[in-house]
This record gives sequence, structure tokens and C-alpha cells, in this order.
Amino acid sequence: MSRKSFRQAINEALRQEMERDPTVVLMGEDVAGGMGAAGEQDAWGGPLGVTKGLLQHFGRERILDTPITESGFIGAAAGAAVTGLRPVAELMFVDFMGVCFDQIFNQAAKFKYMFGGKAKTPMVIRTMYGAGFRAASQHSQCLYPIFTHIPGLKVVIPSSPYEAKGLLIQSIRDDDPVIFFEHKVMYDLEEEVPDEPYAIPFGEANFVREGDDVTIVAFGRMVGFAAQAADAVAKAGISCTVIDPRTASPLDLGSILESVRETGRLVVVDEASPRCNLATDISAAVAEQAFEALKAPIRMVSPPHAPVPFSPALEDLYVPSVARIEAAVRATMSAGARRAA
Amino acid sequence: MGDITALVMPKFGLAMLEGKVAAWLKAEGEQVSAGEEVAEIETSKITAALESPAAGTLRRIVAPAGETLPVGALIGLLTDAATPEAEIDAFVAAAQERFAEAMASRVSEVAPEPTRLDTPLGTINVLEAGPADAAAVVLVHGFGGGLDNFLFLQPALAGRYRTLALDLPGHGGSTKTLPGTSPEAMAGAIGALLDARGLERAHLVGHSLGGAIATAFAAAHPGRSASLTLISPAGMGEEINTGYITAFLAARRPKALTAALETLFADPSLVSREMVDAILRFRRLDGVEAALSALAAANFAEGRQKIALRATLAGLSLPLAVIWGREDRVIPAAQAEGLAPPERLHLLDHVGHMAHLEQSAEVARVIGEIAG
Repeated sequence: MSRKSFRQAINEALRQEMERDPTVVLMGEDVAGGMGAAGEQDAWGGPLGVTKGLLQHFGRERILDTPITESGFIGAAAGAAVTGLRPVAELMFVDFMGVCFDQIFNQAAKFKYMFGGKAKTPMVIRTMYGAGFRAASQHSQCLYPIFTHIPGLKVVIPSSPYEAKGLLIQSIRDDDPVIFFEHKVMYDLEEEVPDEPYAIPFGEANFVREGDDVTIVAFGRMVGFAAQAADAVAKAGISCTVIDPRTASPLDLGSILESVRETGRLVVVDEASPRCNLATDISAAVAEQAFEALKAPIRMVSPPHAPVPFSPALEDLYVPSVARIEAAVRATMSAGARRAA
Repeated sequence: MGDITALVMPKFGLAMLEGKVAAWLKAEGEQVSAGEEVAEIETSKITAALESPAAGTLRRIVAPAGETLPVGALIGLLTDAATPEAEIDAFVAAAQERFAEAMASRVSEVAPEPTRLDTPLGTINVLEAGPADAAAVVLVHGFGGGLDNFLFLQPALAGRYRTLALDLPGHGGSTKTLPGTSPEAMAGAIGALLDARGLERAHLVGHSLGGAIATAFAAAHPGRSASLTLISPAGMGEEINTGYITAFLAARRPKALTAALETLFADPSLVSREMVDAILRFRRLDGVEAALSALAAANFAEGRQKIALRATLAGLSLPLAVIWGREDRVIPAAQAEGLAPPERLHLLDHVGHMAHLEQSAEVARVIGEIAG
């Protein structure tokens, strides 16, 4: 066991699965580095260095540089998956995914169903998401709600290096297409990560904190923020359960409902734009299925319905903050108190 | 002018560098007797009680509940009711200054790391402590455990012995491929460890299933076994709470695993969130699920133990001690009866299945008696 960054955890998961299973291949822009030019082998290790060192280990047969043609190589990955490989495609920014929606929505997600369960599509698309990188509105979005909407896809949003390694290993071993979301400001985050391979099952939420008063559900980068908010309000005597569902699809709604029935209060934190995001989805499900347990209105903490601003000052205001999560928790507590009185 | 006794952050285990005051069990102004529990200290491994080193009045709480401090830092102090506040203030200031100086000059402390040994059975992970030329003591954990189970006992022994706490196959950092599921087959790991370290003989300490494994090793290799200390061993009677094992294997959420682990201790508050998380993480490692299920199925089923080592133990001629918590809710303490001569049979009050974690000092004393 040693401390590893989010980036190293992902690299290790890829390496260990490639060692274990010869059908696992990587493809993407600059994952081999240098587009075949002499002297530029593994120059980048992918745009943010995540795949660094894999080329020397596994060679160009299994680490494939692709042209900047997302619809081409995502389609190739889907085809490779149905014909026996386990491709892991890196699609630099999720913001670019729009050009290959047909390959993902109408092909990869549908094969199993349209071929009567006889085809499987074990492909993973790794992609970067999230604001806070000063990368402006075309490179900062959290588009996981769009993929969560599509039956047949699995959507994974790891919240820490430990989670990233175990969830990526599970993604590669899974027989369905998986969209794996890596928050670009989390790559240097470090924690203890086991050296051995391990898989974290999908659809099994992690209880990051267990408390009695308020349930906070958060995804990805927001999980750490929610835990900080929970620790801050604990000093005022408010104890929170913090749930990281880990996967938006499948969603462990059972754990969320069970917790809300214990606490009676729910705050959902989602870095994605506020309309039709995971916060609205979870809030709707809880309002429908556990309304009688609620002691206060559900609170959602999301950014404003606007493109991510390029101005650093505005971008910092845009991203949900620990302070906003704290305020939402306190609001559910005081609303509950008024109702009780 | 009264004597002032400092209460400092204790060091529970080799790896502990800092701890958190989880709760004070006494309020300022309350009387405390020597040996009485004054505070609960949470470490990265376990929550345990701080016992008062002396009698007196808890006059000052320096570190309130929730505060995390390095080992050795002043957390409170005892004195008599007559000691003036000014004197207490001066004592606190002086102690904190001394501690700050000591910390500044302390070479950055590193917790000892286990070593992964290559053996014919695969990787064996071992944590060693104590003088290399002293008599060796091998510490063998039970089902689902790991070398961390000895975090209190190992330092208590390491002054006198060369201690080796291993992860059994299927556990912790060791190979997840089992050499077999019987205690006899698993005992191969002890031999592999001794061989890898060039040790001919060792004193054996085994807990629960590890007790059965240590017994099997002693029977197969009497010449390599200097003494045997069994803590709530398996294989000494039929009855076992397989509900615990089922709950342990089924638990996916911290809450469910916490409830299962609480069965192990007389005082359930010893189970910390960190302990629970560490076990959940261990269980996800490739191969662990299969190894644990195979071990459980082969050794325990439907409230019964499938292994019987009582006769084997009776046939051994080596120094033997048996330690059992009277409140053991996994394997009943009644099974201790007749296992060893009365003076070598230690039934401990207020202790559950984990005497080595719950009363490590007493367990170390017993081992010292028979290991010499």
C-alpha cells in the first residue's frame, strides 16, 4: 500500500488489467504519444499524462494512437468490443462527445438489446469533465446526466484515487459500455491505494460519513466537498450521512432511500448544470418514494444554469462550494425545526 | 503544592504517530483512580481507552474531544484540588514548550512497514519488530483478520523478542492463493515464513482460526515450536457463532460490518470507522472473497466447527498457555476447560474474542511466562 495520485491510480488499474487480460487495449489521442513520429514515443502519455509508461510495457499493438476523429475511434472501439476485445478509449474532454453520440447512443448502448442479448459490448470510454481548470465553457462541462439518461450505458463517477482504481478495474471487467468520468482538477489528489488489483462493484453506494440528521448525496469531486461540509456542521451538532453513489447508472437508490428514511432530510450536490441533472433525478425519486419520511424540503446544490465562465472569479463562484453545501444543510435543519414547532 | 501528573497522547501500536481524543470519560474536576479509563483515543486502526497512570483530580483538559495530536502531546493533567490554577497554567506551558522542542528535533518518524517475502507458497506479508538476535515469536491471526490485529500486542513483546506478525494466505498483503483450507495446510505459511527468515524455531501465538493453525504447525513440527499460546482458539469444541462469520462475509456497508465486528469485542466501542473501512477495502482485493469463502466453508458451517484439534493439542509436549475472554461471543469460553493445566488457563473478565486487542498487556505477560 502506498500513496498514489488519482492519475497514478488510473494508470495502475489500466496496467494491471492489461497484464491480466490480453484482450484489453487502449486507444485515444496521444495515448501512445507523438503520432508515430520518431523520438516522440510516449511523449505525452495522453493529454494529461494518465497513460504514461504503458506504451513501453505493452507496445503499439495494444496502445493505439487515434486521429482527432472521435466518431471514428469511438465507433471502432464499439466494433472491437462486440468482436472480442475490451477496448478502453480515451476521449479527452467529455465536451467533445457530442460528435460521436450516434456511436454511443445508437450503437454501443443498443447492441445487447437489439441482438437479443447475444452481443456484448465491453468497452470503456474514459473522459475528463468538470470546472475549475480555467478551461472555459467548451472544456469544463459535467455531461454525465446525458449518458445516465440512456439505457444500456453505465456511468461511473469516481470521487477519490482509491475509488478510481477499483471502479476502473470493474469498468474494464464489465460486459456493458461504460462511460468513466475523471474530474480534471482531481488528478493530483493523493491517498492510500492498495498495490493489488481490486474491483468496486457498480450500483453499491459508499457511505463516506454516517450520521443521523441530514443525508447528503454527492458525486465525483463534490463528494470531498460534501464530507468537508459534514465535518464543518458537525461542530454545530448536526450529524450528516454522506453518500457517494459511485455510479449514476446503475444508481443505488435503495441506499439513498434507506438513509433518508433514517434522517428525514436530503441535500443533493451535483456539479452538473441544474436542469435534468442527477440532483433533480434523485430528488424526484426520493420525493416520490419516501415523501412521508421527509421532515423538510429537499435541497439541491448545483451551479447556475449558465455555461462555465472563463473569468476565474466567476468560475470559482460557479462551482458548488463547501460553504453552499453547509448552507443547504443548515437550511434543511431550520426548515425541519419550524415544521416541528 | 501538589504533584501534577501529565496525561499524554498514548502510543497504541507500532504504527501510531498521532491520535484523536474521541471523548473524555471524566469531566474537569472529577476524581480519577489509577488505572481508571479517562478518555477514549481514536487511532487510524482502533478506538481504545486511555487508562489513568495515577490517582488524582482531572483538573485540566488540554485537548478537547475531537482534537488530533501527535503521540506524546499533553492532553490533560491530574493533580489535587488544592493546586492553584496558575501552577497548572505554568505546567501546561512548560510541557507544551518541551514537547514542541522534542517534535522539532525528532527525525521525521516513519511507521514500520511490513515486508513482502517470496516463499514457495507465494508472497507472505510480515511485520517484524524487536531485536534480531532474540527468541522469535510468530503471531498468527484468525479468519478475516490480519497482522494489524497485533498492533497492541506486538510492541508489548518487541522489547524482549523478535516478533513476526504475518498475514495468512488469503489475507492482507499475502498471496490470495490458499495452500489448502485445513489448518494443517494453512500451517505451511508459518513454516514458509520461518524458512524465509532462516529461523529454526519460534514461539507460536495463534488467535481463533490462527490458534488452530498454530496447533497444527506445532503438531507437524514439534522441533520448530518452542511454545504455544492460544487465544480463543478454533478447533477445541463444536460450537461457534457462525452467524458472525456469515454477517462478516455478507456485510457491504460500513454499518452492517460495524455491527458484525462488534460481536468480537466485550466493549463494542472499540470498533472504529477506520477499522471497518480497512476491512471493507481488504475484502475487495482480487481473490479475497473466494479465499475467505473457501476457508469459512471448510472450517465452519451452521453453528458448528468442522475442525477438531483437541486431541492433537493434548498430544503436544511443549509449554502451552490458553487465553480466553469470558465474554467471547464467537467461540464460547467454556471450550477452554481442560485445554491446559489450571495455572496456564487464563479466563479474562470483560474481554470478548479479541483478548490481544482488548487486554494486550495481560496477553503479553502470559506469553512472557511460558516463552521465558
